[in-house]
Amino acid sequence: MNSVFDQALWAVGRGSGVVAIVLLTLSVLLGIGGRSGRAVFGMPRFAVTLVHRNVSLFSLLFVVVHVVSLFLDPFAQLRLVDFFIPFLGAFKPFWLGLGTIAFDLLVVVTITALLRNRIGPRMFKAVHWLVYAMWPVSVLHAIGNGTNGREPWFLVLAVFCVMAVGGAIAWRLHEDFVEYRNVRRQETR
Amino acid sequence: MTERKVTMHIDWTRCDGRGLCVELLPELLTRDDWGYPVGRGGSEIAIPQNLEYAAQDAAALCPTQALRLHK
Amino acid sequence: MTTDQSTVSIRDHVAGPAGTTRLFAAGSADFGSHQAAFGPLPAMDRARLIDELLQSGLDGRGGAGFAAWQKLASVPADGRRPVVVANGAEGEPLSQKDAALLHNAPHLVIDGILIAGRSLGAKELHLFAGAEQLAPVARALKERGEVRIRLHEAPDTFISGEATAVVSAISGSLAVPGDRTKRLTNSGLNGRPTLVHNVETLAHLALISRFGPAWFRSVGTGSSPGSRLITLSGNTAGPRVYEIPTGVRLTEILVSTGVDLHSVRAALVGGYHGTWLAVDQLDARFSKEGLAPVGARTGAGIIMTLGSGSCGLAATADILAYLAGQSARQCGPCINGLPAIASVFARLAYGDTNGKLPQEISRLAALVTGRGSCAHPDGTARLALSALAAFASDVDAHLRGRCEVLR
Ligand code: HEM
Ligand code: SF4
Repeated sequence: MNSVFDQALWAVGRGSGVVAIVLLTLSVLLGIGGRSGRAVFGMPRFAVTLVHRNVSLFSLLFVVVHVVSLFLDPFAQLRLVDFFIPFLGAFKPFWLGLGTIAFDLLVVVTITALLRNRIGPRMFKAVHWLVYAMWPVSVLHAIGNGTNGREPWFLVLAVFCVMAVGGAIAWRLHEDFVEYRNVRRQETR
Repeated sequence: MTERKVTMHIDWTRCDGRGLCVELLPELLTRDDWGYPVGRGGSEIAIPQNLEYAAQDAAALCPTQALRLHK
Repeated sequence: MTTDQSTVSIRDHVAGPAGTTRLFAAGSADFGSHQAAFGPLPAMDRARLIDELLQSGLDGRGGAGFAAWQKLASVPADGRRPVVVANGAEGEPLSQKDAALLHNAPHLVIDGILIAGRSLGAKELHLFAGAEQLAPVARALKERGEVRIRLHEAPDTFISGEATAVVSAISGSLAVPGDRTKRLTNSGLNGRPTLVHNVETLAHLALISRFGPAWFRSVGTGSSPGSRLITLSGNTAGPRVYEIPTGVRLTEILVSTGVDLHSVRAALVGGYHGTWLAVDQLDARFSKEGLAPVGARTGAGIIMTLGSGSCGLAATADILAYLAGQSARQCGPCINGLPAIASVFARLAYGDTNGKLPQEISRLAALVTGRGSCAHPDGTARLALSALAAFASDVDAHLRGRCEVLR
């Protein structure tokens, strides 16, 4: 095998993974921001929804690049089954398994989100809440599985992401999260 | 040619008053005291031809899928 | 109101009941009395039934007053076998007439369901009513060995009788209204064409099928013929059900049932979603056309008098508070708007003299109207606005810190 090619694959695999984590984090922030019903991040409400969707689609794109490049990389020893069924991996099976779970959830969340006008709001919402499991699992996977997962620059990035999402979730759980909450009789849902 | 009239139906059992539709159709909608959309026609808002695309965007982007267009 | 014992012979061998007592003409709830009074179940095909209903001019008795023939005719004859639902859920606390009918003439309602079902080739027959009303119906069904009609218990809520709520409840979900862009007659229970008729409408249908449109029109007025059940309540007596010819003046109804008109300050017509009429408006006739000029509707046939010693604004405030509490809590403008109307109205009724209150009530009433999945916001708004009109001078008195009635 051509080692330059191998190294390039490895770099692409790692790089796309890091970008995916950042995009997924942004997506969660935008999702929560949109759910508040407020015009957040200096955008009108409809733009928040649109950017949320597009950032999500890009994050899936980067995740696909991430897994395909690692699949082609002999060092990672990935098999097709590892994309779909967790904890069967040859290399660091636990951390890889977390990645598999996150990938599967991301695919399901994206498909149901794109089809939400077909499947109806209840189903969409129920599946979409899986992102609150998917995101932490993907971050753990990145820290545990990645070669650079324990390098300081990556840990700083990870801490940054965790703080941002943690803050957003705390806001999400706050009483006055939803716009007009203080004048409404009841949170409709 | 017969004139086709597009109307936008608001499903109040779904609408959560998020205001996206009001941003996209400021010519037709405002928000009430509690943030829910108000327009002439109540639950069936008549859409003039020049606003049909904006209405389609509103229906597609409404986060709770409360809007439906019909002719 | 009085039973005329003589009978006129109409069609075939059995004579239709003469006078105004029609629905209760059997005198007793058992099948024997029913058959003796009305004879056997007539055969009816779809086209003939629609035609006879059209000629009879029967309108729906559940509240909306939609022409009975029209609803039947809008069930598409496209090969899909429809569902017939008899609606006896009387969520309205002022109405007792469906309960009276189901207790005293269950067989007539059953006849109506069977005739409508047969003529449409229905796949399923259902009856939806409160638990207490299901018992006499179950007894009647057993008596005649009828097993096709399925009974469903209606919860004790104001909006449980709304047609989409009825269909939702029968399908196993909550008895709350659903969003509607298609007619139930096209897509109702499990997507089937569904005919939902009030039980009184079906009882009249059973009589018209037997005795014909001319007989039906022999009482009542030309534009709104026949007899109808009303529930009368208020300052003089608790709720009582009467069968009256349509188109009688409200004052006649009150006087003939023993109400002293001098003791009446106003009357609420059409129920909690209805309209207050001041005393000088009570010579209106109790029919669609008669009530239209005074802005009222017959609704489910409800008349409640307000005694001359009671404050109309206080009475309205209490009803509005009840109605706000009966929101199905699905639609934002209803969840938020009705309590807002009720609370502003209560301030007006109970001592706040802020001159902007009536204007605010009108604004909120206009704001919620047309903005719900059912007519609950509209009906509540109508009641509030009609109170401001009927008790206009008392509104002024309240704003000056007084009340025309109390103190
Ligand atoms: C094509 C892909 C996606 C589309 C079209 C989409 C669409 C939506 C929509 C319409 C909402 C608003 C729900 C509401 O306001 O009631 C939402 C909420 C949300 N989305 Fe997405 N989404 C997508 C992918 C993702 C992904 C990949 C993530 C996570 C990384 C995500 C995270 C969230 C979060 C956290 C919320 C807030 C949920 C809540 O707390 O109620 N979404 N999304
Ligand atoms: S966008 Fe949808 S949820 Fe938002 S206010 Fe409009 S209809 Fe209601």
